[in-house]
Amino acid sequence: MNEFRDWDIVIAPGRSEKNYWKDLWRFRELFYILSWRDIKVRYKQTVIGAAWAIIRPTLTMVVFTFVFGKVAKLPSEGTAPYALMVFAGLLPWQFFSSSLSEASNSLLGNTNLITKVYFPRMIIPASAVITSFVDFSISFGLLVLMMIGYQFVPSWHIVFLPLFLLLAFGASFGVSLFLTALNVKYRDFRYIIPFIVQFGLYISPVGFSSSIVPEQWKFLYACNPMVSVIDGFRWCILGEVHLEWNTLLISVGVTILFLIIGVHYFRRTEKSFADNI
Amino acid sequence: MPQPIIKVENLSKNFIIRHEANSGGRYTSLREVITEKIKRLGKKKVEPFSQQEEFWALQDVSFSVEQSNRVGIIGRNGAGKSTLLKILSQITEPTSGSVRIKGRVASLLEVGTGFHPELTGRENIFLNGAILGMSRAEIRGKFDEIVAFAETEKFLDTPVKRYSSGMYVRLAFAVAAHLEPEILIVDEVLSVGDVEFQKKCLGKMKDVASHGRTVIFVSHNMTAVNSLCQTCIYLSGGRIKSIGKTDAIINDYLSSESLYGTERQWTSRMPGDEVAVLHAARIINKDHKKIETIYIHQPIGIEFDYEILKPGFKPIPNIHIFTNRGETAFVSGENNIDIFSRTGRFKSIMWIPPNLLNENTYIVGLALSTISPLKVHFFEVEALMFNAIENLSLRESDYNQPFPGVVRPSLKWQTELKN
Repeated sequence: MNEFRDWDIVIAPGRSEKNYWKDLWRFRELFYILSWRDIKVRYKQTVIGAAWAIIRPTLTMVVFTFVFGKVAKLPSEGTAPYALMVFAGLLPWQFFSSSLSEASNSLLGNTNLITKVYFPRMIIPASAVITSFVDFSISFGLLVLMMIGYQFVPSWHIVFLPLFLLLAFGASFGVSLFLTALNVKYRDFRYIIPFIVQFGLYISPVGFSSSIVPEQWKFLYACNPMVSVIDGFRWCILGEVHLEWNTLLISVGVTILFLIIGVHYFRRTEKSFADNI
Repeated sequence: MPQPIIKVENLSKNFIIRHEANSGGRYTSLREVITEKIKRLGKKKVEPFSQQEEFWALQDVSFSVEQSNRVGIIGRNGAGKSTLLKILSQITEPTSGSVRIKGRVASLLEVGTGFHPELTGRENIFLNGAILGMSRAEIRGKFDEIVAFAETEKFLDTPVKRYSSGMYVRLAFAVAAHLEPEILIVDEVLSVGDVEFQKKCLGKMKDVASHGRTVIFVSHNMTAVNSLCQTCIYLSGGRIKSIGKTDAIINDYLSSESLYGTERQWTSRMPGDEVAVLHAARIINKDHKKIETIYIHQPIGIEFDYEILKPGFKPIPNIHIFTNRGETAFVSGENNIDIFSRTGRFKSIMWIPPNLLNENTYIVGLALSTISPLKVHFFEVEALMFNAIENLSLRESDYNQPFPGVVRPSLKWQTELKN
């Protein structure tokens, strides 16, 4: 490999592997600016703009509180109001689901970039995840307002929130990368993604509390990485929630697995994106 | 001996083309994959998954480029030019072979890549700059220069969706023109925008190259290639057909590709009606010999053969000359039409005097029409196409830049001292 030493760029089959992470760093400004563009366009284009980030979770919360709390009369976590419990779970879930939907379409929406310019393609789904995070932040502000409204003081557990946020990022990014790559390869995959998102909402503890899940299903239930993220959010914000360490470990494991599969599959297919898209 | 800055060795790229019986698009769908697999499971017979055909977009391409060289890549559509540029820009991977590059590469395969219509001109400058590989500090430093070059000061805070197409292109090129990579790769971007601006761009690119940068330029515009590049690579069918000094390579290209059809015959489905049909057309020199290379300093004739099938009409043969941008350069018709009162095969020649055409690609439309009552018997709009080139050494003035205009007649001048 000595003959390659004097050269800055070597293009050969399979060579792009070697510089990948270095390139990702080199293109970080592009990542900032693409995220900035997505956020800017998102709030510029829609008539109600940022209000959408507030209206959507609020309405969902009202419906869930009514259906699960009032009609089905499911128990809340400890003494927390049902609405707060729902909202604390809804936040990470909406972050996850909007990351999935935005990221999986992001490459197709940026076809012109992919066929005309070189950069590590991972930047595009990553910036879609960031855009969803901005929505999350706005909704989080709403949660703070609700807590003030309910005069609810969070427990000291709140200091661990960043860790669960990190887990939410990991799960969103890993699954998104995998689906994004699949979506470029199989174009009918876009019909499956809304289904995954919808289905996921019911197997994740968004409208209900994990405490009502029967013991024999706990293991399978824990394989959904969002279970621990949501439970963790509730544990941090509401305090007196029982957080199961086994569940948490399984979820962290599954998240890491998804990240590895996601990154690996994405990078394997990435090279041919420009040819396939 | 100067060191090469780009070294390409045995570069090949193939694509698999699928011929699937019942799929309309070029995309694989999961549904198809699953149904195919199930079908194959049932049949228990090994059948090809789908008929596949290999297509070599590039085959065994090797060359090297030295620093501050300006290299043109020419060839007809599908010859592999774009694939080569895409590999050099790292957008797609080669199947085999290697490319080694020293320095930073910026590629401009399209004007305004990533421009977002909702964003303002100012925002798009930063966005596009980042996409092309400039850092924010670099863009900020050149911002005023870019805006001045694009001449869009007044509209900086207007979303680009409200820009005219001319403004849009100017702004987009301005950003790209201020890139300062060691190697600049440019694809056919000059085909957009007005003539004035195209010239400004070409000038800017020469400027870039004179500062020690290397330029790789792909274009169908031979005049642009000729004026910008010192060496040329001619690709044909994915292979290098010839490589060398620009003049020689362009000549080779123009004469070996029938792309610039300087001769044509219609054997079946001849253009025409019940009165007259067109048979053949060709470009000739003053000795009535067919020619393929057209110099603007020499007279040329456009000759066409047709047949009058019905007497009693007084059709006028006429020729329309268009530029490759679709402007009509001029139209000319035969005056002596009494000859057409009878049927038979005819031949008409229109002579174009020397020093009338400009350096340009011209498209020849051949027509035969009766004026009164008006009836068009045939009008073959793209009958012939040729590139008029100039031998710079024959220019009488010291001005060595291209002349604007669809034609460039040599006119009589009179100047005298008056005092």
